[in-house]
Amino acid sequence: MAKRAAPEVNAGSMADIAFLLLIFFLVTTTMEKDSGISRKLPPMDDSEEDVIIKEKNIFKVSLNGRDQLLVEDELMELKDLRAAAVEFLDNGGGENANGEACDYCKGKRDANSSDHPDKAIISLKNNRETSYKMYISVQNELVGAYNELRNRRALEIGPKSGFRDMNFIEMQKNFKDVNWPGNKTKLEEVIDQIKAEYPQKLSEVQ
Amino acid sequence: MSKFKKKKGGDLPAVNTASLPDIVFMLLFFFMVATVMREDTLMIENRLPSADQIEKLEKKNLVMYIYVGKPSSQYKAKYGEEARIQLNDKFAQVSEIAAFIAAERASKREEEVPFLTTSLRVDKEANMGIVGDIKQELRKVNALKINYTTTQGDVSNNN
Repeated sequence: MAKRAAPEVNAGSMADIAFLLLIFFLVTTTMEKDSGISRKLPPMDDSEEDVIIKEKNIFKVSLNGRDQLLVEDELMELKDLRAAAVEFLDNGGGENANGEACDYCKGKRDANSSDHPDKAIISLKNNRETSYKMYISVQNELVGAYNELRNRRALEIGPKSGFRDMNFIEMQKNFKDVNWPGNKTKLEEVIDQIKAEYPQKLSEVQ
Repeated sequence: MSKFKKKKGGDLPAVNTASLPDIVFMLLFFFMVATVMREDTLMIENRLPSADQIEKLEKKNLVMYIYVGKPSSQYKAKYGEEARIQLNDKFAQVSEIAAFIAAERASKREEEVPFLTTSLRVDKEANMGIVGDIKQELRKVNALKINYTTTQGDVSNNN
């Protein structure tokens, strides 16, 4: 009995079909880029209670309609802003609300600058005409100043808890990472301590 | 004249293209996995500014997008040159944000609502007036978690 082989399907056009799909996905694809500077807006609060803050504990940053940067009543270039903010936050010239001096600050301890990182506030004011890119640049530099101080602190206190050579950014990343093998409760303690020592106090003037 | 006859055996053999579909499929799968379908059709110019102190936004389904920018060329005649807000697929006024947030909240499960983040995708040429208005509006409806969405890069690229 003659055994008839099933005729082979011609697969020559498979490549064409695959190309078609490939081109479709190439065109529609948008690579994931959902990252940015996270902020928390202050809640609507109608109670107008005056909080008394000493002038020296406020770091005034303002932007005018022509994207010029005014820091503590002096014109400044954007590239110098981060260093100036670090110097202000890390000054540690006095005591915090509990009367403790800042023993981890490495600043100049100038009596005319901020008392304690806990009290230091950065106030950002912008004009309606300010461009968004300039505003983001300034926000970025200010967040960068906080991150710089937190990173430095993380490298100091991290090794005591067994986290050697890990800066604050890496700590936060590891804390979120499900596959990270280390001790997360310990890590959280360190992160919280650093956050408490250098709290982000950034206020925006409306 | 057999001297001038072409030699039969000297032809280059054809390249075997049997593995071409495999290569194409490999690329295809890569793009299928990496692709994120764009939910909204943008009617505005949207070039994000760059920053380097950024955090990733987790949980994409808990993000609400507000786009701001100049209307793109085909809408210029109708909507002008001034930066405008786009919610979902159409232009909106600042006052419509409250309704938009309420609708987004209603579409999520109740326990997820506190984790909703608003992603502000603002064109870098826009000015702060409109952004300030949006922020004020978001405060009114108590949507306080925001994210200024940017691209990764040095701030010097912004100029």
